[in-house]
Amino acid sequence: MYSKTVMDHFRSPRNVGVIENADGKGEVGNPLCGDMMTIYLKINKDRIDDIKFQTFGCGAAIAVSSMLTELAKGKSLDEAKKITNKDVAEALEGLPKNKLHCSNLGADALQLAIKDYEARKAGKPLEEPVRKELHMHKHGEGCYCPYCDTQLPEGENTCPNCQLSVIQKH
Amino acid sequence: MNIVNLDHLSANPLLPEVQEAMIQAIRANFGNPSSQHKLGDRASEALEKARESVALLINSGSPKEVVFTSGGTESVNLGVKGVAWAKAEKGKHLVTSNVEHNAVLRSLRRLKMMDYKVSSVPVDSHGRVNPSDVAKAIKEDTILVTIMHSNNEIGTIQPIEEIARITRERNVVFHVDAVDSVGVVPLDVQKLGVDLLSFASNSFYGPTGVGGLYVRRGTHIWPLLDGGVQENNRRAGTENLIGIIGMGVAAELAARDMTSRIAGMKKLKDRLLRELPNTINEYIVNGHPELSLPHLVSVSIKYIEGESLVLMLDDENIAVSTRSACAAGALQASHVLLSIGRDFADAQGTLVITFGLDNSDEDVTRFLKALKDAVKTLREISPLYAKAAQA
Repeated sequence: MYSKTVMDHFRSPRNVGVIENADGKGEVGNPLCGDMMTIYLKINKDRIDDIKFQTFGCGAAIAVSSMLTELAKGKSLDEAKKITNKDVAEALEGLPKNKLHCSNLGADALQLAIKDYEARKAGKPLEEPVRKELHMHKHGEGCYCPYCDTQLPEGENTCPNCQLSVIQKH
Repeated sequence: MNIVNLDHLSANPLLPEVQEAMIQAIRANFGNPSSQHKLGDRASEALEKARESVALLINSGSPKEVVFTSGGTESVNLGVKGVAWAKAEKGKHLVTSNVEHNAVLRSLRRLKMMDYKVSSVPVDSHGRVNPSDVAKAIKEDTILVTIMHSNNEIGTIQPIEEIARITRERNVVFHVDAVDSVGVVPLDVQKLGVDLLSFASNSFYGPTGVGGLYVRRGTHIWPLLDGGVQENNRRAGTENLIGIIGMGVAAELAARDMTSRIAGMKKLKDRLLRELPNTINEYIVNGHPELSLPHLVSVSIKYIEGESLVLMLDDENIAVSTRSACAAGALQASHVLLSIGRDFADAQGTLVITFGLDNSDEDVTRFLKALKDAVKTLREISPLYAKAAQA
């Protein structure tokens, strides 16, 4: 089911742990299936000197976190800002289709950690960690699937595109 | 290293006697059981012999009450939709429980698209239905109650006999999904007093792709498949004779050996539950402490996710199942675990361990050791564990 690279990162995850007094911290989670990911950054001269993660989730979620830390380590913040969830999935030689939206949160956590670092530097630390929304409100009216951005029919608790369950509670 | 199979609910190996009977059947020159010549007669005799063995296993009043199907899913679909269609003129209301298998849930969902209404009764923290809730849910236009015998995720056995008393008194047909019970625990359809009961051959070491529906005499159902008049007009299509012969032999063996099988598996289950507290901490055992399948243990392990655990145990050549949303194709948390009060995170860390005839004490030892290591590794990665430790 998983590629060799995914299984390698799952079996021997790189950069697991916590950085005490981290310069930036990003925590994202998927409240429906429960995956949670925290990224810690140590920044030196606008470069990621060290990065560590903690993850609660499936094999894909753990492999994604591990690969993300490898991609980001040593990069300048400008370079790191360009890392997307898609890049992580590609570096892992692909993820099962149903895991692409749900477990592929690594880059989101990294971007949040960078934002946290920059906010602290500007003297305005971010508030509580941001979790992935139950559903999203954008493009004006209506609710959108938090995983694939498809508009949800009213009252529907399954996304018609990716078939994941969503909660439409306001 | 040999693989320790602790996932017998997903698949059971065929017993040697079953294999042998099926190989003989493949080699035999059987005709079509519906044909009137000698080749047909020979096939028909083998078919009816298997039907008798299966009828005996569930103590049906007559072999004619057994309809062969392609397995548990078809049996459930036939039991639920077959009654709903046949009784549509009397009413369109059905009653079920919150912890049913998808075969029941999705059959009902399909019926809802056809203007049927469904009421679902809750379960207690052990996963048991209260029969008085069923009584309350039955209305004037209720045509069917469908409740499972044992739960496939947590093993809890339902008070079927009490519910059957209510359905009889109210003149409502009662279907029971007993796919994980028949051939595993003693089950007597006459004593239970049910009208329809679904079962599958693989649950008792027969082949997959074969099952059956007990239809009490006088219970009217419409077929799902239209065609020939096989199975007394209740299931069209030439019978899967080789599979059915395998199921017949498996049924005979299950009836013969049931007491010793239960004792053997119960011993392994009891030992696992006894030694679990010395192996890991912070977990919840799901299901009823006594009224439960003898070979199933469901345990929700906090702060970790089940699919990761399954993959790690697989690396140690141990096969178990999880009820984590991450491992489910639909990526949804288990409705059964949520119904008995587990939260999303705890449901994520749920393992289902099911013992079988090939397991030994040594397997439990190997499992416990591997579990201890895997839980430790995953908790070290988990932010939830770190947070709980801080608090």
